[in-house]
Amino acid sequence: MFDNNTENQSMNKQQPTKYLKLSGLEPLVVTPETNFINVGERTNVAGSKKFLRLIKEEKFEEALDVARDQVEGGAQIIDINMDDGLIDGKEAMVKFLNLVIAEPDIARVPIMIDSSKWEIIEAGLQVVQGKCVVNSISLKEGEAQFKQHAKLIKRYGAAVIVMAFDEVGQADNYERRIEISKRSYDILVNEVGFPPEDIIFDLNIFPVATGMDEHKLNALDFIRATQWVRENLPHCSVSGGVSNVSFSFRGNNPVREAMHSVFLYHAIKAGMNMGIVNPTMLEVYDDIPKDLLEHVEDVMLNRRDDATERLLDFAESVVGTAKESKVDLSWRTEPVQNRITRALVKGIDQYIVEDVEEARQAANKPIEVIEGNLMIGMNVVGDLFGSGKMFLPQVVKSARVMKKAVAYLLPYIEEEKLLNPQVGDTEGAGKILMATVKGDVHDIGKNIVGVVLACNNYEIVDLGVMVPPEKIIAAAIEHNVDIIGLSGLITPSLDEMVHLAKEMQRQNFKVPLLIGGATTSKAHTAVKIDPQYSEAVVHVNDASRAVTVVGDLLQKETSDRYKKAIKDDYTIFRDKFLKRSVQKEYKPIAKARENKFKIDWNTSEIVKPKVLGIQVIEDMDLEKLLPFIDWSPFFRSWELHGKYPDILTDNVVGDQAKELFADAQEMLKNILSKKQLKAKGVFGLFPANTVGDDDIEVAYQSQYDNVEGNTEGEKKHLVFRTLRQQLKRREGVPDYALADFIAPKESGREDYVGCFCVTTGFGTDALAEAYRKNLDDYNSILIKALADRLAEAFAEYLHKEVRTKYWGYAANENLSEEDLINESYTGIRPAPGYPACPDHLEKLTIWELLQVEERIGVKLTESLAMWPAASVSGYYFGNPEARYFGLGKIKEDQVADFASRKGIAMEEAMKWLAPNIADD
Amino acid sequence: MKKIKEVLQERILVLDGAMGTMLQRYKFQEEDFRGERFKDWEHPLQGNNDLLSLTQPHAIAEVHRKYFAAGADIVETNTFSSTTIAMADYYMEDLVYELNYESARIAKEVADEFTQKDPDKPRFVAGSIGPTNKTASMSPDVNDPGFRAVSFNELRIAYKQQVEALLDGGADLLLVETIFDTLNAKAALFAIEEVKEERNIDVPIMVSGTITDASGRTLSGQTAEAFLISISHIPILSVGFNCALGANQLVPHLEVLSSRTEHAISAHPNAGLPNAFGEYDETPEQMATQIKEYVEKGLVNIVGGCCGTTPEHISAIAKLVKQYDPRELPTVDE
Repeated sequence: MFDNNTENQSMNKQQPTKYLKLSGLEPLVVTPETNFINVGERTNVAGSKKFLRLIKEEKFEEALDVARDQVEGGAQIIDINMDDGLIDGKEAMVKFLNLVIAEPDIARVPIMIDSSKWEIIEAGLQVVQGKCVVNSISLKEGEAQFKQHAKLIKRYGAAVIVMAFDEVGQADNYERRIEISKRSYDILVNEVGFPPEDIIFDLNIFPVATGMDEHKLNALDFIRATQWVRENLPHCSVSGGVSNVSFSFRGNNPVREAMHSVFLYHAIKAGMNMGIVNPTMLEVYDDIPKDLLEHVEDVMLNRRDDATERLLDFAESVVGTAKESKVDLSWRTEPVQNRITRALVKGIDQYIVEDVEEARQAANKPIEVIEGNLMIGMNVVGDLFGSGKMFLPQVVKSARVMKKAVAYLLPYIEEEKLLNPQVGDTEGAGKILMATVKGDVHDIGKNIVGVVLACNNYEIVDLGVMVPPEKIIAAAIEHNVDIIGLSGLITPSLDEMVHLAKEMQRQNFKVPLLIGGATTSKAHTAVKIDPQYSEAVVHVNDASRAVTVVGDLLQKETSDRYKKAIKDDYTIFRDKFLKRSVQKEYKPIAKARENKFKIDWNTSEIVKPKVLGIQVIEDMDLEKLLPFIDWSPFFRSWELHGKYPDILTDNVVGDQAKELFADAQEMLKNILSKKQLKAKGVFGLFPANTVGDDDIEVAYQSQYDNVEGNTEGEKKHLVFRTLRQQLKRREGVPDYALADFIAPKESGREDYVGCFCVTTGFGTDALAEAYRKNLDDYNSILIKALADRLAEAFAEYLHKEVRTKYWGYAANENLSEEDLINESYTGIRPAPGYPACPDHLEKLTIWELLQVEERIGVKLTESLAMWPAASVSGYYFGNPEARYFGLGKIKEDQVADFASRKGIAMEEAMKWLAPNIADD
Repeated sequence: MKKIKEVLQERILVLDGAMGTMLQRYKFQEEDFRGERFKDWEHPLQGNNDLLSLTQPHAIAEVHRKYFAAGADIVETNTFSSTTIAMADYYMEDLVYELNYESARIAKEVADEFTQKDPDKPRFVAGSIGPTNKTASMSPDVNDPGFRAVSFNELRIAYKQQVEALLDGGADLLLVETIFDTLNAKAALFAIEEVKEERNIDVPIMVSGTITDASGRTLSGQTAEAFLISISHIPILSVGFNCALGANQLVPHLEVLSSRTEHAISAHPNAGLPNAFGEYDETPEQMATQIKEYVEKGLVNIVGGCCGTTPEHISAIAKLVKQYDPRELPTVDE
């Protein structure tokens, strides 16, 4: 049966050093240098009443929290045991393990599958991908079964705990421990071919100080046997459950804690390298009072005959109080540089002024604190961020600390300058101009990039939002900047960037141009911007890359080579891109119209809105919007990627996401209680029909009908122009336009359309500015990101109100918040500027129809961005067959047709639709 | 014929490139996939590349031949999806033995042809064992994270059947590849161990994981080192990575493996990352330039290509690695 000996030989030949290696999602390698491996034991129904209750009541979510707490508390392996008469152990083990595996913050550590039943162990081994530990096997049931189980464990790829137990019984003295472990080891290594480094002996920890003579040597025998095993059975480990040893002192925690520490101190020295220890039940060995230590060691090491009695007597004088967990401030005693670095890395601004003052007093000149102490700290931050060990929100918090420190030092630096005027300004790493282009109001991403660059010692000249090109040019010359960075979120901003590149070329600029923002892309940058400017143009869409790119651009040694490489890269990319785009085929607009999406207007259900006309929401209660917030994009704006709520427990960014989320909740609370943001909305539902193919004619009454009571106003018409897909696709797939979802006039049926604008942005700018003035970029960015989320939530909320009440076609709709976020409702609310209707021009029609600016104050910029930025506008389509689609690229024939329908010049139409026009 | 372990001591071995990419060139239609034998099959068969071993065996042999001619030492059988689990999509579970047997036989025939011509360069056939289309340690249903679409035992049984047929058909070694869920791979390794024990044979095993993205982890969440530890419990010939990433992106992960194992290291990356159209467009020269980093750093013992690679890529790689020594291995003396 065990004749497969080639394995053993090659196994033994390999690897001169053999370490116990385990894995969850991450590795755990036990070397002589690793400290004692702590096994968490709270997920054990035999050891934890709470866990047993949770499993019995099938509260698996809470049971997972127990596991998570242990891992967060420092357990490097978690022991899972489901051996209880009242539960189906196999089923519970598999179910719980499957759930554990789905939680990356728990599954990162290896698992110890703990059972006295082989079938439970095997079921567990079959669901865990990492290398586990089986707890346990022994010679109790004889050699045949021992070998059989060991062979399978090896084949499943797990390490094993071997109990010092044989056919005769449990080893309870030094000799029996040695005898059984030697025999077990020989069988495993020589007969089964089990890797010796995968063997862990549990040499049985029994209580001492029980009052019985035969227990006196329990601790000492274990410790001696441990030493023997580690010296005589190569590569294996020794483990055990430590709390047993103090069993007779239950109720006296100070003594138990001291006993555990003393026992471990000696057992670890003897070679015990793993075990089950409750970290809260452990005193620091050096902190044990001398007298208590002496009494405990007497017992453990059996140094006196009356050791037990003496400890019992002494124990009564030790009054026990449970240890409290408190904020660890031990770092405050470290040298000042360490404190400053830590404050920057952890983003703690509480002590920064006193630490900086201390550094200032020690320095020759105040500027040295910035160039020395603070830069050392920020370099650590930069390195950690660069290597993915810190995340964006943390870096922004670091910047907050840095700014506070610099602000404190500035008066001293000024004073110093007056004293020594010959000392010139210090030279930073470089000056970078940042601006959101004309017509665009979005700046969260730009601000983040600015903060991160500032952290890296670059000086930032931030011109804010809606900056006209001539101002950018003038500021660039005035400040003699080294790089210009442009940002924009809406599509017309792309043209602004092209324009600015041309202008820079004309004025003979030499500085590199950085392009970023949600609608920008490498393709657009390479194809449209790069050819306009003979110097370097780089598309940078995240803050971490911005640092490297700027570094490469400005470092003298790399600059020229990097600029050339970028230029070449974009040229190649552009050529490829252009070659590719000709492969796509489009159909003439007439053909596309023939192939429109056809709804059967004879049968299609059209619901007449319960309330026609325009409604204004003056002061929306923000509280009601909270359940509608979609958090995933919020995390994305901070470059934390993942889906909410899973992101909170994500293996990599989870901790950071949690912290950011907590900060956001805190700020939301403030916004709500102090009514810091004002939310307003306007929407209207109107009779409408499609005319021609692609136009929606809307009938409305004159603008005052809802202001001056319900007097019938004058009937008027406005037209929404929609755009139609033209890309040639599979046979049978229609070419959509939004107009397809509204009944055509010739159908003879009255149909309806709606539109809306909501904002939560009033108050944002003032708050953000206040934070900024207070040197708090973190909260300044946070408030903007939250306002954006609230605006989207408002749009979602209002859509629901419209579906269920005002229009009422889905009066009985009953969807969860998640369904809402996943848009699983009937009807759509496409927004101009987004895929179904990328043309921003139609916002003007919405504004005219709803009198948006007059009613709620939301303005349109010259690029048709909405101000305040935290605003959302769009249409409502209620037909059950209405769906979202992406327009894709269109051809010039449609653009010409669009221009003539709209009564605007071809050039103007070309300009607005440029991002969607296919290149020939 | 020399044993592969000995050849590995001498030089870097070259694995073949993509089968799928080459088969696309034939532009096979539904009726070509069906052939005469399956013309009345009730379910569509286009896209079942493994089936071509039965219906278009000459094309399969021709692809193998091209890769050997380009300088490959090892070709993979056309059996990536030939398990009952993956073949369920085509209702072809009952054909699994034949698919594996025939694919191995075809590859072995071509390999022998080349070995005979040039006995100094023995050619090997690796039985390709794919991940199947189900994962044993992840739930396909986000709302039910504890659910599993396939069990260890179901995988073990399916893999065992595949392994037996591959060996019967003449595979010289087994390649458990494109591992995105380590538990699936552990089931395959378990099955291989069972077959080895039952037949009292030894067969070299190559294990190749897939790092799915820049997170540096497998789809099931393991880091490169955790993956290595999880599959190191049975004796294997080599461990490495393939698919998902281009040659450049694999370097840090190969470095992890190389510094932590004494097994041979293999890599068969894609021809770059897919472009916006899902195509792989790295040229043979570009790919070879990147692989140069592997060999200069002494990271690999076996190198080839995955998605998007062609005989031209393999030829460029073969020419390159010829000039370099393999990563050092502990000597074998059996």
